[in-house]
Amino acid sequence: MITDVLLFIVFFVLLLLMAWPLGRYMAKVYSGERTMFDTIFLPMEKTLYRLAGIDGAQEMNWRQYAGGLLIFNILGMAAVVAIQELQAILPWNPEGLAAVPFDLAFNTAASFMTNTNWQAYSGETTMSYFTQMAALTVQNFLSAATGMAVAVALVRGLTRKNTKHIGNFWSDMVRSIIWILLPLSIVVSMLFMQQGVIQNLSPYVTVDTLEGGQQTIAMGPVASQEAIKELGTNGGGFFNTNSAHPFENPTPLTNLVQVLSIFLIPTGMVFMFGNMVKDRRQGYAILAAMLLLFSVSLGGLYASEIYGNPITGHGLSEPTNMEGKDMRFGTNGSALFAAVTTAASCGAVNTMHDSLTPLGGMVPMLQMMLGEVVIGGVGAGLYGMMMFIMLTVFVVGLMVGRTPEYLGKKIEANEMKMAIIAILIPAVTVLFGSAISVITEAGLAGLNNTGPHGLSEILYAFASAAGNNGSAFAGLSANTLYYNLMIAVGVLIGRFGVIIPVLAIAGSLAEKRVSPPGPGTFPTTGSLFVLLLAGIVVMVGALTFLPALSLGPIIEHLLMLQGMTF
Amino acid sequence: MWKQITSALRLLILLTVVTGIAYPLAMTGVAQAIFPEQANGSLVYVNDKPTGSILLGQNFTTAKYFHSRPSSAGTDGYDAAGSSGSNLGPTSKKLVDTVKDNIEKVRSENQLEESVSIPSDLVMASASGLDPDISPEAAYLQVNRIANERGISENEVRRLVTSHVQVRQLGFLGAERVNVLALNMALDRLASK
Repeated sequence: MITDVLLFIVFFVLLLLMAWPLGRYMAKVYSGERTMFDTIFLPMEKTLYRLAGIDGAQEMNWRQYAGGLLIFNILGMAAVVAIQELQAILPWNPEGLAAVPFDLAFNTAASFMTNTNWQAYSGETTMSYFTQMAALTVQNFLSAATGMAVAVALVRGLTRKNTKHIGNFWSDMVRSIIWILLPLSIVVSMLFMQQGVIQNLSPYVTVDTLEGGQQTIAMGPVASQEAIKELGTNGGGFFNTNSAHPFENPTPLTNLVQVLSIFLIPTGMVFMFGNMVKDRRQGYAILAAMLLLFSVSLGGLYASEIYGNPITGHGLSEPTNMEGKDMRFGTNGSALFAAVTTAASCGAVNTMHDSLTPLGGMVPMLQMMLGEVVIGGVGAGLYGMMMFIMLTVFVVGLMVGRTPEYLGKKIEANEMKMAIIAILIPAVTVLFGSAISVITEAGLAGLNNTGPHGLSEILYAFASAAGNNGSAFAGLSANTLYYNLMIAVGVLIGRFGVIIPVLAIAGSLAEKRVSPPGPGTFPTTGSLFVLLLAGIVVMVGALTFLPALSLGPIIEHLLMLQGMTF
Repeated sequence: MWKQITSALRLLILLTVVTGIAYPLAMTGVAQAIFPEQANGSLVYVNDKPTGSILLGQNFTTAKYFHSRPSSAGTDGYDAAGSSGSNLGPTSKKLVDTVKDNIEKVRSENQLEESVSIPSDLVMASASGLDPDISPEAAYLQVNRIANERGISENEVRRLVTSHVQVRQLGFLGAERVNVLALNMALDRLASK
């Protein structure tokens, strides 16, 4: 118990110590200020622009920005499909894996391009090393960079005035990769390799086990993909069991590095926001709301797992719920990972969420349903939370009878419309996707568990898709035509149904003038604002999803206490 | 519009080369140079033949070896090219029955009385299906059986287990555990002395 709490405290302290300087650094990177790495990275950036024929300094309005983003992402998705279809004739395929079936390839491409990394396949039996590297690792970088670019564009909209311009998409994306994601990935993957994460291009190794059986051991370039998987909050595992697999996450120390890597950039971006708007307290307030929500989630999940499962726990010593958990992480390292990965829209797992206790499994689900704003994905967390901030200042504005303002910008009908669209689109996707699945045969065919837990599997899948998380109640057999297409559509709506309204808001805010704060301006830095913001997030989530959750995890919890099984 | 598409395509190809070819290959080179053992799977050898990875669990079913956790990887468990958990939910009848059967099996194999509570890791499937570890309690509980089966004193086997208990990393990370493959290899060495 004491070591558990110690782990959580060390996690928070290390996170803040690393994210704070990273935030300052990122603010410089995106503002084009000098950094200590310019001598290495500037020439790389210039070379890329020259070879691609891009002018990185040309300012874009929001429509041009969104256009570039969409074109780039659609091409990226097409490339991922193409590589999967051609992997049999491409290099680095020592196991001779065949072309991926089209519906699965489409699902995988949509999911990696949108930073979801939902995986209906099992990596070690489906994807060649070339596909893992040149298709999936690449999208880990590009989708993360896309999210970061959108967040930066929105911050520019808030800080600029009387202009249509919100930056240059190419430059924001290239800088995200060269200055931030790639160097961090190199450092983190070295750490992983030292601890035992594999990194090779060898064929699978077959050994005679000690007892005389045979074991075939899957290999691959894992560490390089593992690092960006966490740093970019992507979450797509090299192997089927993701970060539970000892070759992806071999020690308790790598486990700590992984959870820190997942939160590092999203948290850093909130600090970056404070730096860019020239009022760090604005960033602190947002982070306080996020960490408040996260602490409640982590506490709930941990408590529920410690409490365990009274049905299976009979005759067992503590901890009683080791189903779906690996020994080396402990209950604390498992609970922390499950809470972090779903708060941050990452979706990597070191624990089988399907086997969590009912309430322990509800926490990850709820964090995704809240719109992935409890820390959130790289970039996506910040711009997602901005939508809730608009809603909060709007509600406050209604109460005091003034036009709502944020950072001196008047929040008017257009912004509110867009913010509400961005908040409602993922929610509608979750509920409609689940509803269709529970009334169709194809939707019910994939269930691994029956009773309320079956509904939870479906709800979780669509919450994961719409929130661009990618983790699963993995008992659901998702590699069917129905789920491949439904989830693919879900991730695309969940991604671009938010990004486009966000960029529209960025554009319209940039055009506004900045009015100085007056006596009637509601301060967006104090604890009152923090509580209001966290309250609005919870209220919107609860109002939308409470009925569905009651029929899934909540009733399952009550039935578990009565000893019911299905 | 057309210019934007060609620029996007060129940038996509360039970034694919940088992040999808150059970066992983460079890391592979670094790994093979600095951490060759880890990078190739931390394989362990008996009589110069690879017998497994110290990071991956194996099936141990005979009475003379310490048993690993139940595994859902592959049809027989511990398929290191097919990692998987059971994904059974907390109110799954199948899970409840499996755990009950496993408890009975552990009790009868190790001649334990009904009153002895069993460590849950020994009767519940891991997340990866490849968990190399069991809890120290789960190892100690098998000492009696191993000693009888191998004709070694119970104290000696117990000492062997104690020397294989890995403490929490840095004092607070993870849980105390015993690597089953390492323990069984040491057991073979002890027995052949």
